[in-house]
Order: sequence, then structure tokens, then C-alpha cells
Amino acid sequence: MCGIVGLFLKDRSLEKELGCFLSDMLVTMTDRGPDSAGIAIYGQEKAGFTKVTIQSDTPDITFGDFERRLGDLLGKSSALRLKDSHAVADVPSDRVADVRAMIDNLQGAVRVMSVGETMEIYKEVGLPKDVVSRFGIPAMSGTHGIGHTRMATESAVTTLGAHPFSTGADQCLVHNGSLSNHNNLRRELKQLGMRFETQNDSEVAAAYLTARIREGMDLGEALTSALDDLDGFFTFVVGTKTGFGVLRDPIACKPAVMAETDQYVAFGSEFRALVGLPNIDNARVWEPEPSSVYFWDRETNAAQTLAA
Amino acid sequence: MPTFDLATSELRDLNSALHSIPAGANDLEYEILNPRGSHAVAVGCSHPLNISVMGPVGYYCGGMNSEATISVKGSAGPGVAENMMSGMVVIEGDASQYAGATGRGGMLVIRGNAASRCGISMKGIDIVVEGNIGHMSAFMGQSGNLVVLGDAGEALGDSLYEAKIFVRGTVKSLGADCIEKEMRPEHHELLASLLQKAGVTGVETSEFKRYGSARTLYNFDIDNADAY
Repeated sequence: MCGIVGLFLKDRSLEKELGCFLSDMLVTMTDRGPDSAGIAIYGQEKAGFTKVTIQSDTPDITFGDFERRLGDLLGKSSALRLKDSHAVADVPSDRVADVRAMIDNLQGAVRVMSVGETMEIYKEVGLPKDVVSRFGIPAMSGTHGIGHTRMATESAVTTLGAHPFSTGADQCLVHNGSLSNHNNLRRELKQLGMRFETQNDSEVAAAYLTARIREGMDLGEALTSALDDLDGFFTFVVGTKTGFGVLRDPIACKPAVMAETDQYVAFGSEFRALVGLPNIDNARVWEPEPSSVYFWDRETNAAQTLAA
Repeated sequence: MPTFDLATSELRDLNSALHSIPAGANDLEYEILNPRGSHAVAVGCSHPLNISVMGPVGYYCGGMNSEATISVKGSAGPGVAENMMSGMVVIEGDASQYAGATGRGGMLVIRGNAASRCGISMKGIDIVVEGNIGHMSAFMGQSGNLVVLGDAGEALGDSLYEAKIFVRGTVKSLGADCIEKEMRPEHHELLASLLQKAGVTGVETSEFKRYGSARTLYNFDIDNADAY
């Protein structure tokens, strides 16, 4: 099963409530998967800085040491924003590669959840209600976000196996379904220099999109090419710094409902996830078509549907 | 008229009440408020109730229905009226995938669109969709009628047995062993009665085409191996 949700705000006055809306939407989808849960939120940008969100199973011991090392590396003290097992470091954008190298040297004591100018990802094993409360998601504001509650099929129930998966800066993906050609694709993507943290099929889908975007495609084009190259069942919701996209495979057995008003575009695995949104009774509600790419972009103010 | 507000009462209590109608009861009108996408609303009814659901429902609404008339003033999630035996289910909005699946009798009316696999493995149910239907609809349909006022998606009627399909709009593609067939007078008569029962007006039976089984896949034949 798995439950996925997404919310892309058009009305800036709702931005303060993004975390609250997303949390409620995800908790409603708990029945669809109790193994792990996660949320990606696109929040406020700080010019020249990139947010590196990290996780540790022993935050009390690890984060203090990490903070000291980060200070040494960057030549000035940089406080981590601590949130339970996660922490966010604001790193000068030109030093992100150095920080990642430092994290690699720690050999697994600290895992990178996300890197991005606006995106933060929080995910853990457990129920959505516990995960959103541990990280204080309801209090977070932002422009758009996606969430996932997992019923594991393709790989272990771990923090790194939880969704959303992020394989590129400010990019993330949640997936309901299962891919059957992920091992081959993973090999091909590794040859292109993509990095993988798990044996999970959904991470391959995320990396696939990142690789295509790196080659110059926009989100809509990357999703369209996924229809040719990914084999299996999928409903994806993906986020980029300014965009939000949805794609269902040609079989379309994984459920999906969307709603749009002047204020937002919302996605849910079921309509139940959407009932708490403002003015939902007057929203345009529809089931996204199979093999059709839907995406919205804040910068170009574009909403597009591409029938493949 | 008993009213159940699902914002304040449990779904299980609602369905229990609908299942335990005392013999001789004459108040058979039920109203269900705030369904808010709940699953399994009014499943397994077996009395001639008249149930109005005032909003969108989730999975399996009206499943296994016999005798009851269920009207949903909103959209329905997957599997609406699944395995219906008799009675009538009317969805004022859209229906998600496998609407009316395996239905054995009664009528399902969808005023909006139905998604993929509408009427899959239908076994006697009549389904009338005023909008469009998605791919693989009426797959392995054994008997009953599927009427579509709009367009049909890919692989309509794949591996069809004796269900009859009437489509007013375009068909993206026909599935294996499904062919267009002649509309004979008895088909016009049947279609007119289905449209009338569904409360559809303003369309002529001559606007529809009929599709049915070519009956070449009924028994295994090695020459058909490619089609299986």
C-alpha cells in the first residue's frame, strides 16, 4: 500500500500552515502503511547558504561532536538546529561538498537526509503521528511539501529506507508501488555518478529523475522520460525547489486523488487525506490519468499536463 | 428518517444499523452526513432502504448491496458497488477504479467519469456511466451491460465473455477478442430501457455502438497463444 500526500501552495497567506496541513494529511493516511513516515518541506531560503539535514541514531552523542567538526571545517562556529534525531546545518553553498566529504569520513555515524537551499527532510521508523510530533512538523511553514507513510516491500524498514528520497539538491520523491527494473537502472545510474544509500527501488526512481534533470531536462520532461524507462507500478509525487509533480504508471493500480483551488494544489492517496484543506468542498477534485505528467512551478507560474 | 453523522458516530455503528432493519419497519429512508471519504460506507445492505450519502466516499461504498438504493452526492473511491447483487447505486460525481467490479445484479449509475477497470469481471450488473471510462473496462465481463455516454479508454472489453458494451463516444482501443457488433432492434430496446432506468435523457440509442465478444478465446486454442 503506502500513503502519499503533497501540498503546493499558491496563496502565500497559507504558508504558515503548510506543516500543519501536511501533518494532518499524512496522519490520516496512517492505515496505508505503519512502518515509517517522512516529510519534505520547502521553507525559507537564506541567500548564500544551503541546508544540510542530517540524522543520527545517537543524536545526544553525535551532534555535539559534529557541530565542533563543522566549526573547525568552516572556520567559524555554526550551530546546528537540533530536532530530535535530525539536525539542520546552514552551510555556505560553496562549502557543501566539503561538508559531505566530512560526513563520509564519519562512516555512517551521521546520515544525510537532504541537501537544499529550501528543502528539509525529516523521516524515521514509526507512525506518522509520532514522526510529525517528534520533528515538530505542524509548526513548520513553507511553500510546498510532500509526505509518505510506508508499508515496506522492497527493502528494510530503516530510517534511510523511509521516504521521501532525495538524490539531488532540493529534489525529493515519494512513491507508492514497486519497480521491477531497479537493479539494472541502479547500475546504469551509478555509472553516471549517482550515489545510492539503500537497496530501495524508490531511491532509484529519485536518482533517475535527478540524473535526467542534471542532463538539462525540466521536471516535466524528466517525468515523461520515466514512463519509458521505469518498469513497475508507481504513483510518484516529486518536489523541486520551485515545482511539484505527479506521475502514475500506465496500469494505474496505485490510487491517487488531486484537488485544486485558487489557493493550492493537493495530492492524496485517498480523498480522506484532503478533507481538512480549506474550501475543499469547492475544489476541483479529480483522479490523475495514467501515463500523464502533472506539474506545477512557482517561478514560471505554470501548470501543465502532458499526456504521454 | 434516521440520520447518521459520520463526523460524530462510528462507521461500524452505521453499517450495523443498516444491517439490522427490523421486520416490518416502514421508515427506510437513511441520510448519512459528513462521509468525508470514509471507506465501506453502506456496504452489505440487504433491505430495500433508500440511503442518501451527503458527500464523497472512499473505497467500496455500496459493496455487496442487495435491494437498497444508495445515492452518493459526491465522488466515490475505488471499488464502488463491488459485487453488487441487486438494488441501485448512484454516484453524482466521479468514481475511481474498478467501479461495479464482479457485480452480479442491480444497477450502478455514475453521473461523472469512471476511472480504469470499470465493470471488471462483471457478472450481471448493469452499469451506466454518463462521462468517460478508463482503460481495461469490462475486462472478462461475463454478463450484464456497460453503457458509456462518453469515451472509453484502452483495451475495452478485453477477454470478454457475454457482457454487452454500449459506447456513445470514441473507444481508444478494443481489448483481445472484443469487437464491434451490429445494433439490432433488441439492442436498441435494451439500451433504451437501461437509459430510462438510469434517468438519462436527451440521448438516442442510435448514437451508440455496441461491442461484444468475438468468442474466439472461450476455449484454449494454441493458435491464439499470442492473445492470452
